[in-house]
Amino acid sequence: MSSRSRASATTIVALALVLGACDREERHSRAKPIGETVPAGQSPDTIWPGGKQPPPLDPRAKLYDNNANAIAQGQQLYMQMNCVGCHFHGGGGMGPPLMDDQWRYGGRIDQIAASIAEGRPNGMPSWRGKLTDDQIWDLAAYVRTLSGQPSKDAVSARSEEMSTTTPATLTPREPAHTSDAAQP
Amino acid sequence: MTRRSGSALLALPLLTAGCSYQHYQSTFGNAGDGTRHFNTLFTIFLIVCAVMYLAVIAFLLAGILRRRRAAANIVEESRHHESDPLMRSGLIGWGAVVSIGLVALAVASFFTDRSDASVAGKEKLSVTVTGNQWWWDITYTAGDVSKTLHTANELHLPVGVPVRVFLKSNDVIHSFWVPSLAGKQDLIPGRQNDMILVPRKIGIFRGQCAEFCGAQHAKMALVVDVDSYGDFVKWWEHQLQTAPQPSNPLTLAGYKYVMSGPCSSCHSIAGTPANGTIGPDLTHLASRRTLAAAMPMNEGNLYGWIEDPQSIKGGSHMPTIGLEPNQLHAVVAYLETLK
Repeated sequence: MSSRSRASATTIVALALVLGACDREERHSRAKPIGETVPAGQSPDTIWPGGKQPPPLDPRAKLYDNNANAIAQGQQLYMQMNCVGCHFHGGGGMGPPLMDDQWRYGGRIDQIAASIAEGRPNGMPSWRGKLTDDQIWDLAAYVRTLSGQPSKDAVSARSEEMSTTTPATLTPREPAHTSDAAQP
Repeated sequence: MTRRSGSALLALPLLTAGCSYQHYQSTFGNAGDGTRHFNTLFTIFLIVCAVMYLAVIAFLLAGILRRRRAAANIVEESRHHESDPLMRSGLIGWGAVVSIGLVALAVASFFTDRSDASVAGKEKLSVTVTGNQWWWDITYTAGDVSKTLHTANELHLPVGVPVRVFLKSNDVIHSFWVPSLAGKQDLIPGRQNDMILVPRKIGIFRGQCAEFCGAQHAKMALVVDVDSYGDFVKWWEHQLQTAPQPSNPLTLAGYKYVMSGPCSSCHSIAGTPANGTIGPDLTHLASRRTLAAAMPMNEGNLYGWIEDPQSIKGGSHMPTIGLEPNQLHAVVAYLETLK
């Protein structure tokens, strides 16, 4: 094999490896098979006051965190379900801001999903049963982009709808709180 | 000519005839003023162009034969046409035919545009069609606000009445195309386009999104129902009524699920607490001809669509909820009462 053909073979292998890494937008429109329902009470509150350690990260998190499709769907739902009405575009109004590093009930994606599903005191309604679990996780994935948590290749430089806000790729990342860190 | 190419030539006109056999969706349908004017223009263009084409071919053949016959004797002379009176008058005649043909096409085109534009300002009804991935939201507005009507995927029009259709989009570019009635017009997010439809035939026609708009672009169809004016007014009055109350335990269970479950987050049913604006209005769902802008409305399709929309129209905003069988029976039974 000449060095030239060896070089081109290496390039092809390298390209195949690079293509294999394209999981930025894995779509799973049917989140769970028919008939398989989540038993009630499997998504408990994840409020962990004081120094107590929170439970390990929900395994579903990796389906939604850093997933471009989930983030885009969540962004549409954020407008459609009128999250904007209280939280604005992350700046907060009647509801707390979502673009800073302050999380009353945890800033991990499963903690945010639990807050959306269960509702929280002083105004946050419960969306369990009003949205599907899949949609709630999509929303949680989008909420994390407001404080710049997902990797920059997962968020879009252009939002799904017409918008004059700064692209999500330019959102600075707020530090994660140590109390939210998942136990291995 | 071989037999195969001969049969192919025979099959071609049959295939093109196939494009128009269906009255339901046809670019040669004469069901609206738009298509009628356009078909007349198309016929004139076809005749003029066919005559010109045949003339050019005839001259070409004559030239080839003449050259072959006389090639041996004729010495090339650069300006020989000036000396040949027959050639001279022939060329003048040819120029005249070309000019007359072009003028005829320009005049025909001008009058077609004029007759299309002449209905502007005479419209008696306005409808707003909003494109969504992947369905059509339809709003009729009248002077009286209480007569405003919301429906989806089914456009009713009175025959012979010019209607102004406003076209908007909520997400991406779509294109409104009812080939039997008129040409295409795009629906562009952030803009409002409009067109005038003048239906001339009573009947049911099919429309289709004509601009690729995502994974389920093919399943974005529209039914246009052209009625007599009386029937149209009757339809409108019926559509303004609110949904009936559930009358038996099964439909009551369905009603309760629809109101408390995820359905009412996106859909609205007039006369009930369901007031979502994301999905199609369901007030008179069972009176429509199609479901989900793609399937005929019937019980089987309703069951399938509600249980697992993502396997029928993957990527649409209607989520697969995973209803239990008893919930599904109840929801379908309730939706079927929404006549």
